[in-house]
Amino acid sequence: MQTESPPESGLSAHAGVYPLYVMLPIFALIGLMALSSELTADRKMFKLEEGSQAVVPHSPAEFEDILGGFDPFPPADAKGNYPTPPPPLSEDIFPCTQCHEDPEDDDPERRELEMEHTNIKLNHGDKSRWCLDCHSFENRDMLHLSGGELIPFTESQRLCGQCHGTIYRDWRLGIHGKRTGYWDGKKRYLLCVVCHWPHEPHFKPLKPLPPPVRPQFLRPQDRPAVDETQPAEEH
Amino acid sequence: MAATDAAHDEAFELGRRQFMQAAAGTLAAFMTGCDGGIEGFFQKTFRELSPEELKGVVARMEKDYAARWGKETKISTTPPREGVMFGYGLDLSRCLGCRRCVYACAKENNQSRDPQIHWIRVLAQKKAAGVSLEGANPYYDPDLVPQDDVFYMPVACQHCRHPQCTKVCPVGATWQEPDGIVVIDYDKCIGCRCCMAACPYGARRFNWGEPNLPKEEYNPNQHYLGNRPRPRGVVEKCTFCIQRVREGRYPACVEICPVGARKFGNLLDPESEIRQIMERKRVFVLKAELHTEPRFYYFYAT
Amino acid sequence: MGGVLRFVTHSIRYALRGGLYYRAWLAVLTALAIWGGLAYVDQLQNGLIETNMRDQVSWAFYIGNFTFLVGVAAAAIIVVIPAYVYDWGPIKEVVVLGEILAISALVMCMLFVTVDVGRPDRLWRLMPVLGSLNWPQSLLTWDIIVLNIYFALNIFIVGYLLFCAFRGKHYNKKLVVPLVLLSIPAAISIHTVTAFIYNGLPGRPFWNASILAPRFIVSALCSGPAILIILFQLLRRHTTIVIKDEAIWKIAELMAYCMFLNLFLLGAETFREVYSGTEHMVHFTYLFRGIEGHTALVPYAWTSVICSVTAFVLFLVPATRRHPVTLNLGCLLIYVGVYIEKGLGLVIPGFTPDTLGEIYEYTPTLTEIRIGVAIFSIGFLVYTALTKVAVGIMTGELRSEKAPPFEAEASQAAAVEEPAAESAAEPETGGDAASGPAGSGATPAPA
Repeated sequence: MQTESPPESGLSAHAGVYPLYVMLPIFALIGLMALSSELTADRKMFKLEEGSQAVVPHSPAEFEDILGGFDPFPPADAKGNYPTPPPPLSEDIFPCTQCHEDPEDDDPERRELEMEHTNIKLNHGDKSRWCLDCHSFENRDMLHLSGGELIPFTESQRLCGQCHGTIYRDWRLGIHGKRTGYWDGKKRYLLCVVCHWPHEPHFKPLKPLPPPVRPQFLRPQDRPAVDETQPAEEH
Repeated sequence: MAATDAAHDEAFELGRRQFMQAAAGTLAAFMTGCDGGIEGFFQKTFRELSPEELKGVVARMEKDYAARWGKETKISTTPPREGVMFGYGLDLSRCLGCRRCVYACAKENNQSRDPQIHWIRVLAQKKAAGVSLEGANPYYDPDLVPQDDVFYMPVACQHCRHPQCTKVCPVGATWQEPDGIVVIDYDKCIGCRCCMAACPYGARRFNWGEPNLPKEEYNPNQHYLGNRPRPRGVVEKCTFCIQRVREGRYPACVEICPVGARKFGNLLDPESEIRQIMERKRVFVLKAELHTEPRFYYFYAT
Repeated sequence: MGGVLRFVTHSIRYALRGGLYYRAWLAVLTALAIWGGLAYVDQLQNGLIETNMRDQVSWAFYIGNFTFLVGVAAAAIIVVIPAYVYDWGPIKEVVVLGEILAISALVMCMLFVTVDVGRPDRLWRLMPVLGSLNWPQSLLTWDIIVLNIYFALNIFIVGYLLFCAFRGKHYNKKLVVPLVLLSIPAAISIHTVTAFIYNGLPGRPFWNASILAPRFIVSALCSGPAILIILFQLLRRHTTIVIKDEAIWKIAELMAYCMFLNLFLLGAETFREVYSGTEHMVHFTYLFRGIEGHTALVPYAWTSVICSVTAFVLFLVPATRRHPVTLNLGCLLIYVGVYIEKGLGLVIPGFTPDTLGEIYEYTPTLTEIRIGVAIFSIGFLVYTALTKVAVGIMTGELRSEKAPPFEAEASQAAAVEEPAAESAAEPETGGDAASGPAGSGATPAPA
């Protein structure tokens, strides 16, 4: 047993453990209350910050038309080359000399066209530019460079490169524009006009593919019923 | 006292027996569900196998996968090439934020559909803030991209020259190949997720649940260290499409990008696009102060 | 070997015996362990998706508890250091009890790691020769090694001391004392290496601060022994074990110094974050103020600070340190404070916001809580059983039939000095030799 210790300072002089029997359950109760409030707190759908609710896991299979076939790089031709696809001309529009046989019949004055080609609103840089700055007046099946040289539509990048020299250089090096193929071998280029319609070249905005699922909705049973047709919040 | 002793002991015994049965049953189911069953359990892993053993393991895997997904599978083990060091370029002046790369990657690399895994994360950031990850938002979903006040920055594994992730793996399941690709051996990973804590770019993904890959969407052209289907409980990440690049092809994300914002090549070849980019444009990397020296360079072409 | 077997079987049987409250305690713990064990079966079947951990917050409840419990295991040295380094008698009797706490905490640590990994069937790969341990690069491997060394040390010391006392023999001082002294750097090493696991990740600026390893050690030393203080009072009340007031007060005093250091280091960290005001402050802000309406951790963070400060004051003032109510209150407060600080308040803010700036607010699921409760129950079961056995051996109740009759002097299993010399040198305490009526023929413990 313990020897005499000053009455007020010894631990065992008092029934030292009884307060513990009171405190421990109280602490346990507080802990349990905190725990249950955490578990029942509805944090799953806390207020949306920027962006979509991102509840539904979309699969690449839904976008086959955009992602293309399994391999966006077509096979080589018989000679083992990957030819550049032709310029995307409108149906039946080429050759232009079907209609523009004789330059004598045409009016070379700058104007807004009213009889034909009214679907083309030229929006390419300088407001004073017009059709015959690029299209050759003498031979409508060709384009012309600033020095007068005539080039076919399949070499239109030389015309673009006259004004857009740095981009032309980047495109030749592969820095600009989409390239598919082999990093250590043959590659396929695309013509400027395949991506940029020369009459209004600014790249059109696209509809983005869906955002990734938010982490709190990874598990199916955590997902709320959500209406995806609802417009998402913009940032 | 003795009676309550015996009763107590018996009750204890009963509860314990039930628990052991349940646990044993689950464990058995768990193990046979693992890749390769019992023989796969103790198998040596990629770097420990001799070439003949590797062929055997690959053959077994090809058979397993073909049985599960119904397509004849080809798992290559192409080693890295001499004189090749991969580099990647991303043109921030061109990225639209269309996310076609994200889904092409998921398609090419057999990523789980639900629970969803995307290796690439496209971050929308305010132009006024510049490249500052603090306000980045990966969940943007407007009708059209690009939006005027925002630019887009895709982030995936940077394949760092000094990777933080390979240092911390306790079993050596992830390492950097000589051609620069940081790979994971999915048969060795124990799922401790220390690499995920270590990665400064949030590049790694974990298979929290059983991965789900429908048969119709299975890509049978695989590499052992790349896009073969992963089991539950292991870490995965971008591998620069190792199954493509070791055969000389571009990664899937490079080929699908509609604006050509993604560039890939051999850093040791002065004529490659990526070297030309480094010479003519100004490249930068994310979190350069961490000295990870990524191979993933961001730049502005115009 | 027969002796060891008899020791083990007798001990197990002794641990399962006891009064109503004791067996009820064991039954409750077992029930909780089973309840949580079923949740683990659930997690094995469906994967870790049953937790709320996701790619953005990839370590959470389990690893937080693991970190805290490594600290508790390291805290056993707070009884070892004064006993063996400073040769302070009153504490020597209870060193074994401190090491039993370390063993139980280590068991819990290993269980928490096991439930956290995605492929527990591949854990054998962590073995040095059979597996492919990535040592010395990976700090996790260092942690595995030092944890196992410390575990083995403690198991051996405790087992050996108790086995000798069971047989009524004196243990070999030359074997035990060096090992006990070795356990001091081993204990420091386990917690330092655990701190280095976090510390070495530059991608997580909240952890990548040099102050983390010192913070870990002092927070462990200021909170772990709280359980010991409570236990000692319980033992004194319900068994014939003699534990002097001075022993408990000394532990409390050492804890007070460590509490001061803990608060000082927290203050130093706060200053650095707030005054520099860099981007990295966002983790600290998340913890104490919340970001953009995400305030889940804020009440816990402030509770932790208030508990720690209050406990420090209670332990600092000698009057409150010695009074049983305030002492026990302080123990509970510091335990809560450090548990929140090292469990929730370290791991989760490190991941929030994540490396790409995303905020995913994590709270544990019921599955995680159940498994955590199960592991704590198993730890408490181990602790209860081992302590019962240790106390039984120390009071002479649990003794081999082949051993010589129990004498009070020989009951102090962990005392290094010759009991006769000690009682001769300190007649005023005289507790040991004079406790004849209490020591021999001891009445069975009521609990």
